[in-house]
Amino acid sequence: MKYAPYLKLASFFVALLPLTRLVYGALTDGLGANPIEYITRDLGTWGLTFLLITLSVTPLRLLTGWNGLLRLRRMLGLFAFFYVGLHFLSYVWWDQFFDWQAIWKDVMKRPFITVGFATFVLLIPLAATSTNAMVKRLGAKQWLFLHRLVYIIGIGGVLHYWWLVKRDITQPLIYAAILAGLLGFRVVHRYANETENKLDSHAPAPQRA
Amino acid sequence: MILRQASDIRPSEIADKSVFVTRRDFIKAAMAAGAGLLMPSNYARAGEKLEGYRRGVVAIEDKATPYKDVIGYNNFYEFGTDKSAPAANAGRLMTRPWTVVVEGEIRKPKVYDIEALLKLAPLEERIYRLRCVEGWSMVIPWIGFPLGELIKRVEPTGNAKYVEFVTLYDPTQMPGQRLPVLKWPYIEGLRLDEAMNPLTLLCLGLYGEVLPNQNGAPVRVVVPWKYGFKSPKSLVKIRFVEQQPFTAWNRAAPSEYGFYSNVNPNVDHPRWSQATERRIGEEGFLVRKRKTLMFNGYADQVAHLYAGLDLKKLF
Repeated sequence: MKYAPYLKLASFFVALLPLTRLVYGALTDGLGANPIEYITRDLGTWGLTFLLITLSVTPLRLLTGWNGLLRLRRMLGLFAFFYVGLHFLSYVWWDQFFDWQAIWKDVMKRPFITVGFATFVLLIPLAATSTNAMVKRLGAKQWLFLHRLVYIIGIGGVLHYWWLVKRDITQPLIYAAILAGLLGFRVVHRYANETENKLDSHAPAPQRA
Repeated sequence: MILRQASDIRPSEIADKSVFVTRRDFIKAAMAAGAGLLMPSNYARAGEKLEGYRRGVVAIEDKATPYKDVIGYNNFYEFGTDKSAPAANAGRLMTRPWTVVVEGEIRKPKVYDIEALLKLAPLEERIYRLRCVEGWSMVIPWIGFPLGELIKRVEPTGNAKYVEFVTLYDPTQMPGQRLPVLKWPYIEGLRLDEAMNPLTLLCLGLYGEVLPNQNGAPVRVVVPWKYGFKSPKSLVKIRFVEQQPFTAWNRAAPSEYGFYSNVNPNVDHPRWSQATERRIGEEGFLVRKRKTLMFNGYADQVAHLYAGLDLKKLF
């Protein structure tokens, strides 16, 4: 489709909007009384959002038959890594001021930080192997196997959010429900396909004229 | 209106009860709306100055948190769980008329009108640190008088071991109460000696004016050496009881919020550290968090209350 490059460019700039909004807010003192907490939280939720958008590409592709979405998936996944990386940087720099001892203690002792840190670490090989060259080097089968880690990353991200919230779990619950839907779709789709394949293999051979 | 004989009234003129009640409600509402335009508002009396208080009775070196942050960054789940929700939604709280029922194991139970409370004892300005359990803190110039002034007037008996505080329950004024985020009404409590401590404040204002609705108007308690949730807001009842009150946050998550909840950098929340805090409103964007102080810096005045107690167990 001839609009594809424009769609990708437009999506790139749209995906930068959350960051732009934060920068603008920070410069105009529009982030409330606790701007560092706001920034860290906002970067985290956008990271999770982009992760879910990335995970919705396959279900949308299967439902609409529009393969063009596949072109956007790598960029969306990298934006997820981008925002999660900034979220991590915000925590390490502005929340902890590079106090590595305190940070390590947090990672070891606070379950929500343990799972958050692990999720970030798991994203790194996925980001590193996102290039065409890497896909060739790994080969399709290995590449796909590695990138299935994104399911665990999605679960990790939701758990991280759920376990840090003080009392009102509305937001994490919404993310969890969407994630469950996106993963559940794949399970149902695979099961439906397997059943169909099984039926086909029992079908009688086509009649010869 | 000309009085008519009962027989003059045709059955068709007698309104069905449902219509009658609805009409009455409508007229009431219309009158209230009209009255609201003419009379001083029952709503959002923030901004009304408090007169005649002694300034700086308690003051500290820390810089006071900017007013806009004090009234704009709040935890008051009765109005929603976002930090900006109380400022947005508390406008509908009616702070007049307001009474506080004082009852229980006391010799002189009484229902205090808010105006009587404002005159009960000389008002003082007290600048206190307030440390939220979430890990941020403020410095606020409260106005009120020691809770002990009220307590001695009602004369607790030997059975009074604890003081229980009850916040207003009214989901029409407090939309957050429509969801069971916490058990409503909000209950808090102190040991009697904690309530009698000179620092414990029956608070009626801040920054030279009456309490803004989102800060717990028209009357609240401030206990500066404990986490902020132990300073209950918008009080309607103070009960003197024998048993330790089952407080809202302790009920919600007993492993995370204990009855005492004294500020203690050595006792972490199960899910996050309490060793440091972010002071709200500090100049400059990239300011480090500061070390949390034992008893929020009020150890000299309150440590004796907990002598010999294992503060890791009795958190």
